[in-house]
Amino acid sequence: MMVVTVVALARSRNLFAVVVLFGAYSFLMATVLVALDAVDVAMTEAAVGAGISTVLFLGALHLCRSEEAKPAHRPLIPLALASGVGALLVYGSLGLPAFSDPTAPIHTHVAPRYLNEGPKETGVPNVVTAVLASYRGYDTFGETTVVFTAGIGVIALLRRRNKNKAEQS
Amino acid sequence: MNQQLVLRVIAKLLIPFILVFALYVQFHGDFGPGGGFQAGVTLAAAMIFYALIFGLATARRNVPDRLLEGMIAGGVLLYGGVGVAGMLLGGNFLDYFVLDADPVVGQHRGIFWVEAGVALTVSSVMLKLFYLFADRANHSGADVQNDLNRPEGGA
Repeated sequence: MMVVTVVALARSRNLFAVVVLFGAYSFLMATVLVALDAVDVAMTEAAVGAGISTVLFLGALHLCRSEEAKPAHRPLIPLALASGVGALLVYGSLGLPAFSDPTAPIHTHVAPRYLNEGPKETGVPNVVTAVLASYRGYDTFGETTVVFTAGIGVIALLRRRNKNKAEQS
Repeated sequence: MNQQLVLRVIAKLLIPFILVFALYVQFHGDFGPGGGFQAGVTLAAAMIFYALIFGLATARRNVPDRLLEGMIAGGVLLYGGVGVAGMLLGGNFLDYFVLDADPVVGQHRGIFWVEAGVALTVSSVMLKLFYLFADRANHSGADVQNDLNRPEGGA
């Protein structure tokens, strides 16, 4: 189903259809994440990917034309580059440990400590929250700052345009 | 949109539940899935829904721009403030163990305020972005609600 959505996404020239398909794709991705037991990530994907970004894309779409412009040249070189990088990534993924392999480095480094000591040290039953807010507090602080900076940037960009328009008229 | 009775009634019914769900996601994040990011986005979605149905001006009256801009900065400052509070109480930056005599309670307190800061910043940034986009549409001489009348995107 996700493959069908992606093919439709790439083929469609109507940007409104693309935005709606993108929302559907996000929702399918969220169900995949639920199947992988990553409920926190699935919730974020459903809320941010399928909800807010669809609304913001529709808002942006309202400001421009809803038909994608025809490309000026044949997409052969980009296609070759994309398939080349894709092949390299697939080749690289062959060297990864098998899915849910208990001896993989990611499961032997800090994960056992988080899982075993986390509930005791922080008293928080949800390990995701404990890792996100406590053990990896710096990272989450950085993420919040990124959201803050992005918001300030958009405010700065769109505000000035408004003021210019007001001065012109 | 203001005249669509069904949408208005459904929105009035739904929005309180969306808001309560956002608060649930926020404060129950310790025990189940959820946390500041998800709760912030859900809060913003509820307000965007409100703005779509009842008009941008009404939403602006309830959640003014100045408040939003204050919230954007306030969330980051709250997060950083928790870190500095840990430093002042003798720990490292973002060290929650020193926030209370009992380290586990201190952790709880730290995580609570940090998540509150995340939710503040995320929700206000999302809503502010929506306001800005809607503003541009209004300035270009069109009514934003013509294109944005799909409530499922906001809920």
